[in-house]
Amino acid sequence: MPPASTHRKNRMIVYILKRLAIAIPTLLLLIVFSFLLMHAAPGGPFTQERELPAQVLANLNAKYGLDQPLWKQIWNYIWGIVAHFDFGPSFVYKDRTVNEIIAQGFPVTLTYGGVSFVVAVLAGVTLGAVAAVKHNTIIDYFAVGISIGAQVLPNFVMAPILVIVFTLFLGWLPGGGWRFTDPSYWIMPVIALSTSYMASIARIMRSSMLEVLNSNHIRTARAKGLPGHRVIWRHALKPALLPVISYLGPAFVAMITGSVIVDIYFSTGGIGKAFVDSALNRDYAVMMGVTILVGALTILFNLLVDIIYGWIDPKIRY
Amino acid sequence: MALLDVKNLSVQFDTPEGNIHAVNGVSFALEQGETLGIVGESGSGKSQLNFALLGLLARNGRTSGQAIFEGQDLLSMSERDLNRIRANRIAMVFQDPMTSLNPYMRISEQMAEVLMLHKGLSKRAAIAESVDMLDAVKIPDAKNRVRLYPHEFSGGMRQRVMIAMSLLCRPDILIADEPTTALDVTVQAQIMELLAELQREFDMATILITHDLGVVAGFCERAIVMYGGRIMEEAPVDPLFESPSHPYTRGLLDAIPRVDEDQDALRAIPGNPPNMTGLPQGCPFAPRCESVMETCWSTAPELVNFAPDRTRACFRPVEEIVA
Repeated sequence: MPPASTHRKNRMIVYILKRLAIAIPTLLLLIVFSFLLMHAAPGGPFTQERELPAQVLANLNAKYGLDQPLWKQIWNYIWGIVAHFDFGPSFVYKDRTVNEIIAQGFPVTLTYGGVSFVVAVLAGVTLGAVAAVKHNTIIDYFAVGISIGAQVLPNFVMAPILVIVFTLFLGWLPGGGWRFTDPSYWIMPVIALSTSYMASIARIMRSSMLEVLNSNHIRTARAKGLPGHRVIWRHALKPALLPVISYLGPAFVAMITGSVIVDIYFSTGGIGKAFVDSALNRDYAVMMGVTILVGALTILFNLLVDIIYGWIDPKIRY
Repeated sequence: MALLDVKNLSVQFDTPEGNIHAVNGVSFALEQGETLGIVGESGSGKSQLNFALLGLLARNGRTSGQAIFEGQDLLSMSERDLNRIRANRIAMVFQDPMTSLNPYMRISEQMAEVLMLHKGLSKRAAIAESVDMLDAVKIPDAKNRVRLYPHEFSGGMRQRVMIAMSLLCRPDILIADEPTTALDVTVQAQIMELLAELQREFDMATILITHDLGVVAGFCERAIVMYGGRIMEEAPVDPLFESPSHPYTRGLLDAIPRVDEDQDALRAIPGNPPNMTGLPQGCPFAPRCESVMETCWSTAPELVNFAPDRTRACFRPVEEIVA
């Protein structure tokens, strides 16, 4: 008989393959629904204040395939992705493809979003855990105060304040733009993006830690004579992190796909702005491209969360 | 000298609704190797009394009084000093084996950490000793099952694990807080049998907290009956059952269904346990007492020694209670 651990690993691989298989129809449904919703909205990519001559419009529609029946358009679109990994040309920026737009913007949001994620998790978990351990003391009130403050201060308010303080008054940081090689360009986007996530993580962590600290098995750990810090690190932290982890999957995707506010205020050129622009301009292809990216990442990171869950909680079997 | 000498111990909880007086001036002594039962309904303060001894009260709990163990007061001891006594000299088995073990850790880890902490054993040696202890509490195939997680055991088996874990350091005192309440009746008997066996084998003083008088009769030499956070009566088990000296004890004994008599209905003590926020001045049991007198409402009776080894807190003369 193979040892139990091999057995478990095999079951895990089967589980992951199953989940990935389910992801394909999920993504197809996402594509079809987004496509239909997009076309159901009035207007189109070539709608302008001054109407185009009918012949020009017809030519444009023919060039981008918009004159074909909807089901054919969807079919062509999906076929393009499956066969050539081609998300089509932008309807608005004549000489650019969706692949190019995403390839240019995504690395930027991935960088400041990824850094923001790390900052938000470290600060949020620490803040929440300390608040719970020091429940109902001045430290707890202080931590709760910080996280409420961080939560209620919207980033479109914080971003200009950051620029005023750090660029205009202190002159420490560049007020906008993006360079991969110079982290001073990253600092303000990271602060603006991570603050509210940090606050949410701190709140979730605090309440789950409080619950765990009041549980029977923590009393057992104390009755063993373990010093307080060992009780927290060895016995309380793992279970307290579970609710935080389920929040982190979607939060990570939201962060690495960027934020319009950050992209606009700091001119970072990420896909956050590209996405909103595409919606405003009816740039169907870019909108679809970003939607599919976010959808695929969401599926992927939800799967990752479930795998981490199974790794932490021995009661979960695949 | 007694192994553990509890003097005038009180426990209070500060809550937004007011102070809860969970334990009120309880004194008792525990001798080496003795088995003492603490009996009472839910909310009588019996569990909080024992949590207080090991400093395991909820955060809003406060204690007063003394609990002298080897010349030192457990209640005023620093957390650091107390940690050297917990599990090492005084160990505890909790009520609910389903939730009292850490669900995220293997049994081996949970048990070994006790020995590594108090006895300085290596992990390997600690696990080996843990396996021996699991054998001692009759867990079959302990060598392999030590690597399992708590949810892979049944309730009764988990309580055996809890007991094994509490005995690892060969404590002087074992406090068992309703160790069988959460278990099936048949499993209850097995666990009590096991505890009795281990108590003799290890010669530890044992405090058994329970609401089950039958368990006390089978296991304990002496028993304390608590109500409203106070001791109502204390006596060796035989005289306690033969001739209870307190109306509350009598009520409890009368409430046990009997198989040798025809009974139309189960007998109960009328009324409900007291609300511990605003305890009345007098005897806490007065509102439910059959033999209540005028004085009971204004003054709480002191515990009085009325026979060798026997004390009671009641104004009624003993002759009027003892049936």
